Formats: sequence, structure tokens, C-alpha cells
Amino acid sequence: MVKLLFLGRLEDVAGAAELSFPLREPAALADVLLMLPPVLAEALFGPKIKLALNGALIRAEGLTLTDGDELAFLPPVSGG
Amino acid sequence: MSAATTAQVRLALAPFDPAAELAAFAATHADAGGVVSFLGQVRAGEGVDALELRHFVPLTLPGMERLAHAAQARWALAGLLIVHRSGVMAPGEPIVLVAAAARHRRDAFVAVDYAMDHLKSDSWFWKRERVGGEWRWIEPRAEDHADLARWA
Repeated sequence: MVKLLFLGRLEDVAGAAELSFPLREPAALADVLLMLPPVLAEALFGPKIKLALNGALIRAEGLTLTDGDELAFLPPVSGG
Repeated sequence: MSAATTAQVRLALAPFDPAAELAAFAATHADAGGVVSFLGQVRAGEGVDALELRHFVPLTLPGMERLAHAAQARWALAGLLIVHRSGVMAPGEPIVLVAAAARHRRDAFVAVDYAMDHLKSDSWFWKRERVGGEWRWIEPRAEDHADLARWA
């Protein structure tokens, strides 16, 4: 299984805080996003969205997901 | 400035008592000549009946700890305290408490200012508020990024 986590407002776009699905073989992030509703894929692919793979920040370019991965989508922060 | 100064950094998942936190912090650093603190609380009025902060476990607390170390490296502090809530809060409840103890007050003032600017716009928190029963996410403001640029 691959797990996608949606932080902040992305949770509302996705309609859930996370989404898990089976991934039989490694897949490029772009191909994984194609499996999602277009509105969600577009929100996740925005230039201001940062990514964390298994808890560590990572660049989207060339990213491949494999079975067991957890990828978090992090929109712009607002704390305090 | 000393690497031996201690930072107390905590992500609070339940309400905390800022007065008790501050009293304990000041007592721990009785040798410091000054303690400066900032308390951020949920604004009452404006129709907001709840505020929620979300965090991301792998990044949020480690990021707050890095922020504390950066402040300690930059100013001569005897101690630094950062307590930041995550979860749902009611109007009037504390969100964040930052306190710095220092031999000289100016280091303490500026370190707290620095920590707050970074907690607001460069830490892993997402904020939403409930107005009239409807939750809406709070987007970062341009002023927050301008505040951050002061320290570059």
C-alpha cells in the first residue's frame, strides 16, 4: 500500500486526511497523481505545495513511490 | 552566548497554563537579569467560536527545536521556552508562549520576536477557524513573510 497524507486545506480538497491504495510496482509521482480526481491532483501539484516522503522533506522532481511509502502534501503554513 | 544554554520546546496537545509555565521558567533562570515573554491567544469576538491548529508529527517539533537552537546561537540567552498548542482551542485560550531569559534584556526581547516571526510563518502548523459553524483554513498573509524577511 501507498499512503498519501493531505495537510491543511488539502484535506478539504481530498475529502479525507489520507488515502491509501495498492501499488504493485514503483510509480512516478506524476503517474500516481493521474489516478486521483483532477481537482485534487491539480491542488497537490501546486508550486507552493511541499512534500515529505516517509517524514522527510523531498523534492517533487523525479520522485518515485514504492509500496509502503507514505507521502505527505504540505500546503503553506500558518501557525502562531 | 553558550551552547550550554537550555531550550525547553514543547508541542502541547492539551490546554496549558501560561502563568505557571512562565513562573517555572523564571525560577529556573533566577540568575538571568531579565525574562521576556510573548503569549498568543485565540482572539475573542469577530464571530470566531473555535480555532484549530494542526501539525505534522515528523516535522513540527523537530522544526521548533531547530528554531530554538538558531535563536540561542544568535543571541546571548540563559534559557528559551517555546510552548505551542496543536488541536482545537476556544476564544481566550493560549496558543503559543515564548519566553527568553537573558543577562541583558535586549537579547531576550529580540529573541522572542525572532521566535514568534518564525513560528507564525516558518513552522509546520496549519490553522483554521470556525465562524458561524463553518470551518475555514487560514492562508498565510503577506505581512507574515515580510516579518520573516527582517531576519534574513
